[in-house]
Amino acid sequence: MTTPILEARGISRAFGHVQALIDADFDLYPGEVVALIGDNGAGKSTMVKALSGNIAIDTGELLFEGRPIKITSPKQASMLGMEVVYQDLALAPHLNPVQNMFLGREIPRKGPLGFFGFMDDKAMRAKAKAGFTELGGTIRSMTAPVGAMSGGQRQQIAIVRAIQWAGKVVFLDEPTAALGVVQTKNVLETVRRVRDKGVAVVLISHSMPAVLEVADRIQVMRLGTRVATMPAEGTTVEELVGAMTGALDYSTKKGPK
Amino acid sequence: MSVIEHPPPGDVAVADTHEPGESPLKRLANLQSVWILAVLLVIVAFFSVAAGDRFLSTSNFSLISQNVAVWAVLGVGMTFVIITSGIDLSIGSVLVFSSVVAAKVMANVGGEGWGVALLGILSALVAGLAWGLLNGFLIAKAKVPPLIVTLGSLSVALGLAQVITGGIDVRAVPEVLTDFNTYTKILGIPSLPFVALIVLILGGIVLHRTKFGRYTYAIGSNELGARRVGVKVDRHLIMVYALSGTLAGFAAVLALAQFGTTTIAGQSLTNLNVIAAVVIGGTSIFGGEGSIFGTVVGLFIPAVLQAGFVIIGVEPFWQGVAVGTVLVAAVYVDQSRRAAALRGAGSKSPPRALLSRSK
Repeated sequence: MTTPILEARGISRAFGHVQALIDADFDLYPGEVVALIGDNGAGKSTMVKALSGNIAIDTGELLFEGRPIKITSPKQASMLGMEVVYQDLALAPHLNPVQNMFLGREIPRKGPLGFFGFMDDKAMRAKAKAGFTELGGTIRSMTAPVGAMSGGQRQQIAIVRAIQWAGKVVFLDEPTAALGVVQTKNVLETVRRVRDKGVAVVLISHSMPAVLEVADRIQVMRLGTRVATMPAEGTTVEELVGAMTGALDYSTKKGPK
Repeated sequence: MSVIEHPPPGDVAVADTHEPGESPLKRLANLQSVWILAVLLVIVAFFSVAAGDRFLSTSNFSLISQNVAVWAVLGVGMTFVIITSGIDLSIGSVLVFSSVVAAKVMANVGGEGWGVALLGILSALVAGLAWGLLNGFLIAKAKVPPLIVTLGSLSVALGLAQVITGGIDVRAVPEVLTDFNTYTKILGIPSLPFVALIVLILGGIVLHRTKFGRYTYAIGSNELGARRVGVKVDRHLIMVYALSGTLAGFAAVLALAQFGTTTIAGQSLTNLNVIAAVVIGGTSIFGGEGSIFGTVVGLFIPAVLQAGFVIIGVEPFWQGVAVGTVLVAAVYVDQSRRAAALRGAGSKSPPRALLSRSK
């Protein structure tokens, strides 16, 4: 397990005069939860966009399972087994959980009907139900529109959708930002279950306690670059805040693996 | 984990209110189109009592369905367009343009047989498709708002139709087409309504059963979200407007068969009437929601009102008053229902629970 599943080496990206990423590193090992934290504008979102094919990088290289790779589109990232759960979840509120889960990847009906775009609703519903059960979800209705569900349930649907298609890596952008205490716990529990399935999770979050609770490792970004990597165990909120703000100086340590 | 096994009270409430919603019958009962069907039935019952057999006759209903046929074909395309949260104001003008093109082609070829009629049908479809593609391209690729694009093509298509004809209606419609309208009955139904029914059924199947329909809802519901999961939104929008245009071309053929002439001056309110019918039928002007069935019901309300007023001797002008009122009332009810649902299905007050369960 010494090869990271996903690694960024010295990547930079500028938007006009703004240098969003400067010689930044990132690494993620199979089956771990890595939290990516940093103040607003530290480059977390840009990093995730670069890793998931949403933006191109100016310099530096990306490695997927140890091999250098250029990720040029979200579709390519999907094909590699990586999915992003966006902060706005990207769910269609009028569609039900099953329809949302398979949106863009509907299972076609067998035979000529499938050729004309008919869908196998039964198979999709069964697969969706299995997915929700596996993650111990609180989604009861597969037929109600997602828009009528609670924030926690919507989050869960988005996460289940992502891991349904992500064999290797899931990015979660601020999954707990809009949630209450209990729902946050549910989401963190879901994150653990995803990891236990062997899927690596990248968690972007502002919530330090949540990060410390669920992450295996924490990578801190500041001013467009990674300033610290630390194991979650034994790290305190004060240390994290110190690294984020630059009050404490951490040299980047190698990960535990 | 205990956390998972004991969802928060709010979630339980949501789950409980949705559990009975699983039954298709109950879900059906909460659809806007079903409520509006009840309104239609009340109207029919009222005229049946007021006018008796004169209203409840086969000939009356066959007349009503004949009047609805052209709008129904247009309504299918409009339903798709409005579900994507778009609008197509150009359908009336595209119908006129297509019928003018078809009539001119048929006049130039000459003859009264099916051969020349088929040529006319084909040219009407192509003309409609071309307008639809142009609309779709400008909306999806040039990012001009649908209201503006189709307002523009409304004007241009009608103007070009007048340029082609010099403003005088073309009467060169082969006899087979007018005879098809006048004499042909299929399974006991007059031919035009029968053809419209086929289009409605096909439209319903495509909208509710296929990927094409699913993407139509998804784009109206959350366009960015659809893009992110890999739906080709631009291409789909172009196809939806192309569908609307092609159906306007097809409706042009039905109109030619019905009237035996082009109707250059007669379609100026067609777009608004069709939009009204689609919206009365519960298709949300904000996108993401709607059904072909609702559109059918929405089409029959103005048609039945008109026929009924004529029969009981009320001035037909009252039809406009009644339809306008129904339109605003239907959208008001629809919106309050939507707002109630968004406020959270956790609410326990019985009326609201009843209203929001469908959401």
